[in-house]
Amino acid sequence: MALTKADMAEHLFDELGLNKREAKDIVEMFFEEIRTALERGEQVKLSGFGNFDLREKKERPGRNPKTGEEIPITARRVVTFRPGQKLKSRVEAYAGSDR
Amino acid sequence: MTKSELIDILAAEQDHLPHKDVEEAVRRILERMSGALSSGERIEIRGFGSFSLHYRPPRIGRNPKTGESVSLAGKHVPHFKPGKELRDRVNQAFQELQEPSDQEK
Repeated sequence: MALTKADMAEHLFDELGLNKREAKDIVEMFFEEIRTALERGEQVKLSGFGNFDLREKKERPGRNPKTGEEIPITARRVVTFRPGQKLKSRVEAYAGSDR
Repeated sequence: MTKSELIDILAAEQDHLPHKDVEEAVRRILERMSGALSSGERIEIRGFGSFSLHYRPPRIGRNPKTGESVSLAGKHVPHFKPGKELRDRVNQAFQELQEPSDQEK
């Protein structure tokens, strides 16, 4: 079981009294605007939750795992997530039954 | 982009909704996400990415001031794995910046 956009929209519908269309749109746009900012090369800071940062990776040697052939992994920009202190503390408290 | 800038953008796009409602919606989305992770539930957003917990086993740490050993309990930390669409869009925009001449046709 995992939390999805549909669950979040349902939650906004139940708790905020937005209609289903509005709830669905706002959840969709929330993630789309974060993607768009990152695409522009902008860091996204959501206080209390965490930051989405961008890192630039240099080209490095790689290998095709099937053929063993050497092929360089090209330089690229990647997204990383740094959880905020508040989220880290909340998650740390999770004891976890599956471990 | 900060949370309040994100709220302003969403409010401008959803101009039939009061700014206050958009603010509350964003607050609740983030609270729902934090709540899920802190109860061990994963988050899966297609095209954006997934959040899950990674376990850090217990270890012996050291107080950097006194040099004293302290045992640290195991804990969970949030982990984000970007989805394909997010990875591709971010990297594609970056590649276009690197080689602007290739884009001119």
